[in-house]
Amino acid sequence: MMWLLFAYFSTISIVAGVMTVAFRNPVHCGLALLTLLLHVAGLFVLLNSEFLFAVQIIVYAGAILVLYLFVLMLLNLKTEEQHLHRKYALVLFASVGIFCELLFLLLQSPYGGVKGTASPQVLLETGPSQAIGITMFSDYLLLFEIVGVFLLGAIIGAIVLAKTPSTIEEKPE
Amino acid sequence: MIPLEAYVAVSAILFMTGLVGVLVRRNFIVVLMCVEIMLNAANINLVAFSHYLESMAGQMAALFNIAIAAGEAAIGLAIIIVVFRGKIATNVDEINILKW
Repeated sequence: MMWLLFAYFSTISIVAGVMTVAFRNPVHCGLALLTLLLHVAGLFVLLNSEFLFAVQIIVYAGAILVLYLFVLMLLNLKTEEQHLHRKYALVLFASVGIFCELLFLLLQSPYGGVKGTASPQVLLETGPSQAIGITMFSDYLLLFEIVGVFLLGAIIGAIVLAKTPSTIEEKPE
Repeated sequence: MIPLEAYVAVSAILFMTGLVGVLVRRNFIVVLMCVEIMLNAANINLVAFSHYLESMAGQMAALFNIAIAAGEAAIGLAIIIVVFRGKIATNVDEINILKW
């Protein structure tokens, strides 16, 4: 059963990723990306991280993707005749070579390491979301604050960049 | 039990798909979408290692990764709006004002 679900989620997410790269129309690319995000969220469930599943759906599929589609509609980009670079075959060839080497190295390397404290039994006792909350507000508190400041900076930067230029000089007073 | 290598392989395939997309596509919004694919591949890797090593660190890194991706999308799309409003370009390879 686990294998069936894993095969389904991974196959659909890979196919959706390829479709995101290959589709001509940017809106279709966005919808393929949505499929990819939802199926990656399914992979997170298989890995016992329900909180990340919820965050993935709310933040990625709910906020980021809507932002992308919003900007696509706002700019009203036309579908172009040539949506790939001219030398894309060269890039594809080189990437496939790099990918084969990467996969070879990844699959032959021995994985191991010191097991942490968050074993499935501990997670079942405390609850996965509660365990994440406790870890985030104890060990990772400084990182949490830094991410907050980063998001504030991102908001200010986006507003300043996308603000309409002031038209004071155009008004004859 | 699914081995860790399966997740690593899926993550590698997704990462290379995103990388090819960034290199090959001309539309700049689609290039940003391909960056999101790469970030998702990294998240799968982090969560898989977190699960198999029974540690919380990978899940925390994935959470912060999602937050950073939100900020990156906001800034990138704001830059795209500026570029488009100035009628500079609609494709990535036409944006070359900063080229030396």
